[in-house]
Amino acid sequence: MTLGFDISLAFLVVVLAAWTIQVHDTFSAVLAFVVFGLLVALIWVRLASVDVALTEAAIGSGVTGALLLSAAALLRPTQSAVAPPGAAWCTAAGVVCAIITAGLGAIALLLPDPAPTLAPLAAASLPQSGLGNPVTGVLFVYRALDTLLEKVVLVLALVGVWSLAVDRLWGGIPALWPATCPDSTLTFLAQLLPPVGLMLGIYLCWTGADHPGGAFQGGALVTAMWLLVMLAGVRAAPATGLLSLRLLLIVGPTLFLVIGLSGFALAGAFLAYPPGYGKPLIIVAEAALTLSIGVTLGLLAAGPAQRAKEP
Amino acid sequence: MTSTDIFALCATSLVGLGLFGIITNPQPLRKIVAFNVIGNGVFLLFGVVAHRGAAAGLGADPVPQALVITGIVVAFSATALAVALLLRLAKATHLLTLEADDGSDGDLS
Repeated sequence: MTLGFDISLAFLVVVLAAWTIQVHDTFSAVLAFVVFGLLVALIWVRLASVDVALTEAAIGSGVTGALLLSAAALLRPTQSAVAPPGAAWCTAAGVVCAIITAGLGAIALLLPDPAPTLAPLAAASLPQSGLGNPVTGVLFVYRALDTLLEKVVLVLALVGVWSLAVDRLWGGIPALWPATCPDSTLTFLAQLLPPVGLMLGIYLCWTGADHPGGAFQGGALVTAMWLLVMLAGVRAAPATGLLSLRLLLIVGPTLFLVIGLSGFALAGAFLAYPPGYGKPLIIVAEAALTLSIGVTLGLLAAGPAQRAKEP
Repeated sequence: MTSTDIFALCATSLVGLGLFGIITNPQPLRKIVAFNVIGNGVFLLFGVVAHRGAAAGLGADPVPQALVITGIVVAFSATALAVALLLRLAKATHLLTLEADDGSDGDLS
């Protein structure tokens, strides 16, 4: 029964991916990509990785979808400007891609059995950290350096996006794709949903210590609510030069770095937590990171400044 | 053939389909979407490896899971940067191809 479900799910995902690649209209392709992302999240649930499923649904499908949809709308006039490659070229590409798929598939099916795993190690050391969710344990205890550097990558990507603004608009306001008519259903939803969404985001961040959830998933929900508010025109996007905004962007990574550095003095190593204080420190870092991740992802989706800020 | 094998084949198909899209679709935005399809395929392969490594009462090995969560967020930031570059290019040149240009400079100011 479950095997039948899994086969249908995998088949549907592959068909949607093929549709995303092949359909002529870019807008339809992006819509298919969003549905594709949600179904991939279902596969993650079937692979017993609920934390990843939440991240994929929120960021991989949701926020990426919003970003791509707005780009597709803006680029629509340029859509037919380029000619597709010839049939011979497509056939050659198809053969190469089929060979790569077959090779990868063979490797994936012939993986060693029993599979190498770090699960017992991760589970054995988890009680020391006071956490109950092994994925959060990996993210914030065993591989905390990766997580810290990833936050830095996010901020660097945002610097890159902002740098694409015209010189005289530096520090200006990102022009989010123009708001539709006011007083629509969108406006109503943008006023109704954010309190619920923010509460859910805080819950996801808090519960991430022991159950599926965490800073990324919570932050993505904060982003989704903020994008909704900006899209509906209830609140304009903030000026990118705003000092308070920039502080919000770096408060998470900075706090995490401070906690990491204090590990030298208190626990003898970078990013080590003093015994007994692991969980509280991680929760504090996660709370600040949720805020920073939420703001960073939202600004990444909003793009570079397009309007000068009001004097 | 188990469910994990089915998803492994699904993941490799996604890599192949995405690669095909990158090569054959001339529109840059579609190449970015295709790149995300490849990304999803690679992440799912990680998921398959994680699920095969289920042990110690955990449904899947948490280490690959954590890597994928990090990966999804970084993939999003790379996509956002690529889209921003693309929109800037479209605005500066008013048309959008990755073909070599004819030597006339676009207005980048």
